[in-house]
Amino acid sequence: MSSVVVRDYIIPANDFTIAGEASSNVRKILSQIGVAPDIVKRTSIAMYEAEINAVIHGNGGQAHVEIDENKIVIIISDQGPGIADLELAMQEGYSTAPDSIREMGFGAGMGLSNIKKNSDILEIKTAVNEGTTVYITVFFK
Amino acid sequence: MEQYYFHSVTLDTSKCKGCTNCIKYCPTEAIRVRNGKAVIIKERCIDCGLCIRICPYHAKKAVTDPLESIKNYKFKIALPAPTLYGQFGPDYTRERIVSALKQYGFDYVFEVARAAEIVTNATEYYMANKEIKKPVISSACPAVVRFIQIRFPNLIDNLLRIESPMEVAAALSRQEVNEKYGIPLDEIGVFFISPCAAKVTSVKAPYENRKSNVDGVLSIKDIFLPLLGIMKKQGDITSEPFSLSSAIGVSWAVTGGESSAIKEGRRIAVHGIHSVNDILEQAVKGNLDNIDFLEVLACPEGCLGGPLVVENPFIAKVNINNEIAKIAKNQAHRVLPKHKDVKEFEWKSTVEYRPIMKLDDDMMKALEKMNMIDVITEGFLGLDCGACGAPSCRALAEDIVRGDAKETDCIFKLREKVNSIAHQLHQIESAGSMSDDNK
Repeated sequence: MSSVVVRDYIIPANDFTIAGEASSNVRKILSQIGVAPDIVKRTSIAMYEAEINAVIHGNGGQAHVEIDENKIVIIISDQGPGIADLELAMQEGYSTAPDSIREMGFGAGMGLSNIKKNSDILEIKTAVNEGTTVYITVFFK
Repeated sequence: MEQYYFHSVTLDTSKCKGCTNCIKYCPTEAIRVRNGKAVIIKERCIDCGLCIRICPYHAKKAVTDPLESIKNYKFKIALPAPTLYGQFGPDYTRERIVSALKQYGFDYVFEVARAAEIVTNATEYYMANKEIKKPVISSACPAVVRFIQIRFPNLIDNLLRIESPMEVAAALSRQEVNEKYGIPLDEIGVFFISPCAAKVTSVKAPYENRKSNVDGVLSIKDIFLPLLGIMKKQGDITSEPFSLSSAIGVSWAVTGGESSAIKEGRRIAVHGIHSVNDILEQAVKGNLDNIDFLEVLACPEGCLGGPLVVENPFIAKVNINNEIAKIAKNQAHRVLPKHKDVKEFEWKSTVEYRPIMKLDDDMMKALEKMNMIDVITEGFLGLDCGACGAPSCRALAEDIVRGDAKETDCIFKLREKVNSIAHQLHQIESAGSMSDDNK
């Protein structure tokens, strides 16, 4: 039996009331495996922020998660508009969210920097009109 | 060394019919049906009492101290939960209830509602500290604290580190009696009159790992009729100014009471363990960071809906609100003189994470087990019917991997296997009759 747990999730477009289910599910798995609570928290924040980004900016997408005894790797990708200026987007407070999203309390501009703060390795591949893929790695020790 | 678990919530096996109602409602999936009877998994049970309310055969009950146990002490103190005031109806005021307790046999009554005011005051001092994590989560409901220990360890640091009103009442009343009347401390018995099973567990097996201030917990159900009998025969009671508590203390019995006692800040009150689960999921995601105080109670309508109450909680709420309306507002916040320090009422030790959901101590084995659970679950029908005695197909798969169940506990799997054996027998039989024909 393999000692790598793999999960794939669909991230719905624009329905942020059910967004966050994937990261909740991953949180439960990590607890059952025995990952320390503070690392579970970092992972779920990083994943949740990436999930929400895919919902409100990326028009929905997919999450692929692989967990082994040392780390978790989360790959969240969407086929949305892509990020024009990545460096600018990583700045705290900068947001391209439309007003309709901000009115609901999202789009504060903290998402990408929160992901960076809570992950050990972060890689973002993106291009205008070609979608965005976020690669998050969190180590368990 | 095996951990000793005490649980107030227990099963009367003679009444249990092995139906599957309780296994589906338990918030920690702590119940299974095995060999036709419900079984509570001790590590998972948080004593919320939901199964007591749900069981159609009244097979689930809460163990509490018998009323006679007060006789073990020379000097008996009663700590009535404010919920008690809502149980009797508009003719039975607080004064009469408190007086009836004394007639029943208690030497002294210290209202838990009074201690609740003190905790409210201490909470305000605590909240004024800028360093605390928000939202601050109330720790008065022991079932919720245990739930957080098991399911939401990241919220342990958010818990309000102030003793519950019951513990504060026990400590203060014992001190008061010893100082005022000179009764030696070991002759004093302090008894909480409770709507709640989880409070019993928190007295006998405290999660803070230190001894409780309370000596015994009596159930409201047990003391209701004796008190009612006494009150029916009461004449006019001389209302001693019994240092009765204020409206704020009494309102703790109702959801929203504890948090509305806090004068400033954004506060929300949630009751019912499944709603509490939802709000805590939100808290863990960081969606509640702009909330200052979260009151969370496992029972519907708060403590009024506890498993040991007599009156319907909605009716009890009206009774309590009537009592509150009668109370002068100027009785509020008079208890703590300014120099009293919050530290006296703070937790002395900490509440710890209980990783009972862990599949294995070795992470690699745990990962393998997780994959095994997936494979087994995929082989099931996914009906979550409960016939196997587990709350869901996935839970049965987990039980199998933990070694507590087998695949053929699932009746559909069993039927599959029986069909397969029948098919094989039929094939053997057909093969046999062909050779007979040839003779």
